[in-house]
Amino acid sequence: MIDIWHRLPMRGKMLCLAALAAAIAAPLVADRYLLSVLILVFYFAYLGQAWNLLMGFAGQLSLGHALYLGLGAYTATALWTLFGIGPWIGVFIAIPVAAAAGMIVGWLGWRFAIEGVYFALLTIAFAEFTRIGFDHLQITGASAGLFLSVNSPGSDKWWNLGGGPLLYYYLALILAVAATLLVAWLRRSPLGYRWLAVREDPEAARAAGIDIFRAKMIAMLISASMTAVGGVFYGFYYRNLFPSQVFDIGRSIEIIMAPIIGGLGTVFGPLVGAILLTPLGESLTALMQHFGVNTPGAKSIFYGLTLMVIITLQPSGVWPWLARKLGLDRPRT
Amino acid sequence: MTALLSINGISKRFRGLAAVSRVSFDVSQGEIFAVIGPNGAGKTTLFNMIAGAIPPDEGTITFAGTRTDGLRSDQIARLGVGRTFQLVRPFPALTVEDNVIIGALMQTKTVRDAETIARDTLARLDLFDKRTQIASSLTLPDRKRLEVARALATGPKLLLLDEVMAGLRPTETDRIVATLRDLNRDGLTILLIEHVMRAVTALASRILVLHHGAAIAEGNPEQVLRDPAVVESYLGAESL
Repeated sequence: MIDIWHRLPMRGKMLCLAALAAAIAAPLVADRYLLSVLILVFYFAYLGQAWNLLMGFAGQLSLGHALYLGLGAYTATALWTLFGIGPWIGVFIAIPVAAAAGMIVGWLGWRFAIEGVYFALLTIAFAEFTRIGFDHLQITGASAGLFLSVNSPGSDKWWNLGGGPLLYYYLALILAVAATLLVAWLRRSPLGYRWLAVREDPEAARAAGIDIFRAKMIAMLISASMTAVGGVFYGFYYRNLFPSQVFDIGRSIEIIMAPIIGGLGTVFGPLVGAILLTPLGESLTALMQHFGVNTPGAKSIFYGLTLMVIITLQPSGVWPWLARKLGLDRPRT
Repeated sequence: MTALLSINGISKRFRGLAAVSRVSFDVSQGEIFAVIGPNGAGKTTLFNMIAGAIPPDEGTITFAGTRTDGLRSDQIARLGVGRTFQLVRPFPALTVEDNVIIGALMQTKTVRDAETIARDTLARLDLFDKRTQIASSLTLPDRKRLEVARALATGPKLLLLDEVMAGLRPTETDRIVATLRDLNRDGLTILLIEHVMRAVTALASRILVLHHGAAIAEGNPEQVLRDPAVVESYLGAESL
């Protein structure tokens, strides 16, 4: 970890510290609306990091991360509403549930050599039939949804993951920062190198003694676990869950936008992507509300257009380009 | 001398075509063993079976006392068999140094140690000054050297080289030959598949000649290269 810090050029260190200070101080000046946008920024940065581990580093395309998000959200929320088990304990049950799902998807795919686009289809399929399953699961409210009450005793306390926007803001910030540090550390770890090798050339990776199945499974394990934590946050922030929303493929696409725009396989890409994309998306929603336009799917079109522009102008994402402009791409040796 | 690698009657058929049929030979500890033969003779198939990329249909392969036929290529690599690919396969988007670090991580658990090994290996193969370059930006000779460096960084007991000299200029060939000879002097056993006879004669202590998947001659270079069957099938009469 210290090693990573030392590798950053001086300008990079200053920028990191300044950004972190600004993020910590933001609630002093931000109003409630701006704060809600910033919560989403860090939430998507966090989920982007989780997905980027699997796609950007290990090279495995998942278009079904809504599965782990939804399982995390439903597990923790159901534990609380049904058994009164709080989210801080619930998260440790949500993680293995989502991780197990990830292991099943990974095992089925990679054991039987389902690669690339076909693997992506498999991930979509799993998210879809889990959605259908939850649509009929009476105990969690089926398609009518699962709700967290806002006025039962203790529901507004931080230990039950309830309260005002400040709580969610700092929680999302901590998640995003912690995920970025974790990814930065993993990138420079033996495991990170193995992932890159698997991504770049599986056959050559094998020749370097790498068990590529194992490497991919570990990537999936970490990615699904992290996404489940994001799901717990989602459940207790929105306080209502519908299978048709949380397991939706649109949810999966939302997760992957920030890292693609920001830069696949980079440590700061998901962060930069979320900072750029989320406020733009939210402004669009606000503008449309202001002018009384109600076009469903406008946000998807906007995401699609943004993606096309970025892929055309900067195929490797905004961050690699930005890092060059800021002179941050040369690590000190 | 003890056999480090023992090949016993291995065969491989592709849809009825016998790519390799009942080939047997031993590679001794510390020697440089060359496999030559015309295109399509089954050299690369043989090589891929030793490296574990494809399983043999029959026969056994024993490396350092362990049966390796049927093992995965990564398991064989971890036993101490390093390999290069005929069509070079560096990790394209990574730096030269990161490529070799990945190899070195097979013999050490920390990235710091792997970096040290990688830098030593790169220095040995004249790539140290290019270590921060992206692998895909290298010239073909450099990429070939990078392949050797990555395989070498895994700390192999046996190095399998699949036509590393092909496409190189004579001066570049001589440089790699000198490097390989140095490595061999330090105790590395090398099995090479090669078309460039200049390199084979300079390096090999023994040669096996494959033709239509079968071994037609084996022995020291002087014997083998004068063998009439070898001359006819591969070298051509004019080479005499």
